[in-house]
Amino acid sequence: MENDKIIRLRQVAKHYEMGDTVVKALDCVDIDIEKGDFVAIMGPSGSGKSTSMNLTGSLDYSTEGDILLDGENIQDLEESELAQVRGKKIGFIFQQFNLISNLTAKENVMLPMIFQKTNIEEREEKAEELLKIVDLGDRMNFYINQLSGGQQQRVAIARAMANDPQVILADEPTGNLDTKTGNKIMDFLKKLNDKGRTIILVTHDPDLARQYARTIYSVRDGKVEYIEKKIGDGWKRIFNEE
Amino acid sequence: MQEYFQLAIKNLRERGLRSWLTMLGIFISVATIFMLISLSLGLQGAVEEQFETLGTDKFFVQAATGFLGPPGSVGGVILTEEDVEVISKVHGVKDYSFFTAGNARVEFGGDTRHLIVWGVPPEHMDVYNEVGSFEIAEGRNLEKGYKNSVILGNLHKTGNVLGKPVSAGNKITINSEDFKVRGIMELIGNPDDDRAIIMDMESFRELFEIPERVDFIMVQTNEGGDINEVAERVEKKLRKTRGVTEKNQDFGILTPEELLESFGNILNIITSFLAGVAAISLLVGAIGIANTMYTSVLERTREIGVMKAVGARNSDVAWIFLIESGLLGLVGATIGVLLGYGIGKTIEYIAIHQLNTTLLQIATPVWLIAGCLGFGFLIGAVSGTLPAIQASKTNVVDALRYE
Repeated sequence: MENDKIIRLRQVAKHYEMGDTVVKALDCVDIDIEKGDFVAIMGPSGSGKSTSMNLTGSLDYSTEGDILLDGENIQDLEESELAQVRGKKIGFIFQQFNLISNLTAKENVMLPMIFQKTNIEEREEKAEELLKIVDLGDRMNFYINQLSGGQQQRVAIARAMANDPQVILADEPTGNLDTKTGNKIMDFLKKLNDKGRTIILVTHDPDLARQYARTIYSVRDGKVEYIEKKIGDGWKRIFNEE
Repeated sequence: MQEYFQLAIKNLRERGLRSWLTMLGIFISVATIFMLISLSLGLQGAVEEQFETLGTDKFFVQAATGFLGPPGSVGGVILTEEDVEVISKVHGVKDYSFFTAGNARVEFGGDTRHLIVWGVPPEHMDVYNEVGSFEIAEGRNLEKGYKNSVILGNLHKTGNVLGKPVSAGNKITINSEDFKVRGIMELIGNPDDDRAIIMDMESFRELFEIPERVDFIMVQTNEGGDINEVAERVEKKLRKTRGVTEKNQDFGILTPEELLESFGNILNIITSFLAGVAAISLLVGAIGIANTMYTSVLERTREIGVMKAVGARNSDVAWIFLIESGLLGLVGATIGVLLGYGIGKTIEYIAIHQLNTTLLQIATPVWLIAGCLGFGFLIGAVSGTLPAIQASKTNVVDALRYE
């Protein structure tokens, strides 16, 4: 069912020019993200995992092939149009948190809404609501450097939710956190998924992927090596046929 | 847009000292420009005011030494009382006065000074007084029939021009002749006038042995008459009697209008020169802003990446940086205006209290203040344009990975 796919990468290649040589970071990759799924994109560093994330998250254009975000081919959009669409449909959570340090927690959460021209009352209301959901109702006006790593990542989750996106893309969200804090973050993501939001987790950690995801794309050498689907308590591995 | 201002202010605060240092260049140059323009406006206003008291019914005739040249310094060419006689008979002339100046050795109470002495015909004191807006503060004015008497500028009494205060009734010695001080004039505000020594023309000619030379003629026209027409008639008549043509005319006529104009021209030259200097410092300030903004774009590469990832269009990013650099310019200009106002007021104070002149005062019309502030914002925004464009073109993927 085409309509069930929120993001589709079809025969996507991404090449980078490095001096005289062309590096093929991705080659002939197909990725389908179904609505409501919890997908992990997994692979060691240098596998093309980051590039897949950038393309899946509409952060970058492909060299070849089409990328469809909610049915719209992002290759046809200009950079600024893409930013607008991305801001509305995808929320990002990064390993480095990537919050703006001279803004408060609340202001950080309000930022994506500013770019969607949401009015100030709505922005404040929504930001407060989201920060309460991630248990930071008492720290809304704290500056980022006054918050712990786990708290910062929760602010990032709240920010990712600001524009009510259908998809949340989390790039190694637990990478800079201790296990306990990391688990708490993952639990928040799971809760969001339970409420119907599509989650894409980018990780190098197979255990983390298997613990939370229902679909796993394993990337290696610029290709999708295999896809695993959770069926009941077991996993079914589908190899990529060329 | 409002939130972009808030973001920009936060960013500027974050950089604290660097923001202030960047603004230094702007506020020094804006202060200079503001001070220059407000002083020159004030000066213009003061001069116009003086011309108003002088009246619009008078014009002046002088040998062709050029305006502002020292009286009587021209080689050979002089005006004489004969010329005055000719002028007095021109149709439309109501009254006139004239003076001749000479350098004298003035002694009083054992002290000797070298000062300029002016000879004026006592029967024509009215026009003379009107032109200089002189009034007697103490004693009496010059009168026909009272020879060897002088009236003095106010500083002779209050400013120790002759070593100690002189009062009406004192005797002073000029070129070894005794003169009685008949009167002291009110303070004018112009140091030259306030140091004046004025005597009747007859005594002046005997004392300095200048039989007929006239340095400056003041002509008053009939009420309701056209001053320019009368001035033209005087010019033609004098050409005829002095045997000169328009080309080799050896005297000049100045109407208040022309005087004001030539004064304005001089002022404009000075102002534009100084404004040029200020403009250079403004350019340096602008480069400072551009430099700071470039640094800031680099430092915040990751932040730019984040903003773009969460939906900022290129124009959003550009606006944030543009407003930030504009604010640098605006705040710099605000401080500059305050600083310029302060310095201008200080100069005004010194001029009044130390130099005894009311010519140096500042004028601060609203357009000047608004203009300086708007200009500052503009300079900031323009300097920030290229850095802002660079910021807006930052690649999201690269920026997010930027360390």
